[in-house]
Amino acid sequence: MGFENFGTVSFTAEAKVADFITQLEAGKVMATRCRKCGGSYFPPKADCPKCLSSDVEWFEVKSQGKLLSYTVVNYGPSGFENDAPYILALVKFDEGIQILARLSRDIEEKDIKMGMNLTVNPAKLPDNRIAYEFRRA
Amino acid sequence: MPERNVCIIGGGMSLWGVREASIIDMAQEAAKDCFDDVPALKKEDVDGLLFASSYCGRSAFQVNIAPVIAERIGIKPTSMCTRVDTLCAGGSSGIILAAGLIKAGLADVMMVAGGEKLYTPQRWETYYSEMASIDHDWDGAQGMGLPPPFFSMTAQEHMKHYGTTKEQLAAVAVKNRRNGSTNPKGQFQKEVTLEEVMAARPIVPPLGLFDCTPITDGCAAVLLTCEEKAKELSDRPLVYIRGTAQATLHSMSMNWPGEHLADWVHLRTAAKKAYERARVGPDDIDVAQTHDCFTISEIIEMEDLGFCRKGEGGPFVESGQGDFGGKVPVNTDGGLLACGHPFGGTGIRQAREILNQLQGRAIRQVEGAEIGLTHNLSGLNVEHTILIYGREP
Ligand SMILES: [Zn+2]
Repeated sequence: MGFENFGTVSFTAEAKVADFITQLEAGKVMATRCRKCGGSYFPPKADCPKCLSSDVEWFEVKSQGKLLSYTVVNYGPSGFENDAPYILALVKFDEGIQILARLSRDIEEKDIKMGMNLTVNPAKLPDNRIAYEFRRA
Repeated sequence: MPERNVCIIGGGMSLWGVREASIIDMAQEAAKDCFDDVPALKKEDVDGLLFASSYCGRSAFQVNIAPVIAERIGIKPTSMCTRVDTLCAGGSSGIILAAGLIKAGLADVMMVAGGEKLYTPQRWETYYSEMASIDHDWDGAQGMGLPPPFFSMTAQEHMKHYGTTKEQLAAVAVKNRRNGSTNPKGQFQKEVTLEEVMAARPIVPPLGLFDCTPITDGCAAVLLTCEEKAKELSDRPLVYIRGTAQATLHSMSMNWPGEHLADWVHLRTAAKKAYERARVGPDDIDVAQTHDCFTISEIIEMEDLGFCRKGEGGPFVESGQGDFGGKVPVNTDGGLLACGHPFGGTGIRQAREILNQLQGRAIRQVEGAEIGLTHNLSGLNVEHTILIYGREP
């Protein structure tokens, strides 16, 4: 099992961080931390880009993040046509990482405020697919 | 061999737009136009070809495309023949690499060409290929894909931090469409008014139809050689490549290197290096072709290239400082907004326009231009590539 069912359209079935999906299905959004230099990474990295060590550990992204920026996608790329319109957002978390994901559909554009608190959570998609999304904290 | 000075001596373009022609057909048209620009050059003297293209493997189903083009245009490169891919900056990357080979004496006369065939019978191909242009495992899986959403966020950030207005964005579209209205090679040769731009249908607010570069088929080509050979081949004023740089500080939107999306630290990094290498500063630039993939892009480029202070790009373009008669005329041939944007071709189109400007033969001439600059950003704003050209080495 790997990334076959990740996102609306997935591109890479096999990756060294496949445990990310296992954890996502178990209800957790995970990132990695390098045990050697302490660097934190989302998306998770099986090897540290900074010191190139492969001694990394998983940790759950639990903090309340702050909304940095968002955009309403009216025209989706191929494979995403039926999803549009959807809102993509960039959120900064206390764990020293930023995540790009969609806003939960129950958040309307008129209710969005820059800097609002959001959490990142697993999101079930149609056809047994899975992703993560931002929800109101 | 000591380092040699490198000159750009000729340029050409196919017609850009929606074309019923293959990428090889359009590369041939661009190369012919380029050879016609340097009548004294014999094709046998061309010992290198770089072809810049990103989507050719998918939308034209042709990899290792450089030898195919070499054969079609009747050259037999014996120093270097390869493809270059930096998406929207592939053409500029190719010129930097070719200049390095010539400077080092590893090639003598190089053609740098590039372009894309994006309109295919299956239109969805273009949009599907877009997903390969970013980090597709993560950004792509979220439905990021096409550039407009990302640049919409960028525009909103610029408006929030600096008070930039939709009218200021529109001023860029009006200027570049006006400049492009006399360019016979461009995709759009028709002016638009401020009212039309403001009333256009939204693509991703605040960006409307005229704020975005279109999808384009087309190719362009330039010829580079060493100073000595350039003197033999042309009676026109010599145009030298004075300084270049390309800065890559991240690849995924989540790892953006600036304070916010309208803070282009990677552009400033590349600009500082290119200015130093060219031994000039922003005030010395007489004419510039910058990457106006969206109107907001040109506004931020004016700031981070140093033509105005950070945050003042809006008033700069609105008051005509980027137009003829202003501080530095920008995108004098129409830029991406009017000419279109066949990724690998764009940096080469820009180089050709700067060559024409510095030789005093541009369609819309900046009087007395002696130093010119080209700038590309590529992908979802992950790299910035700058070349500075001058009448002196
Ligand atoms: Zn490390």
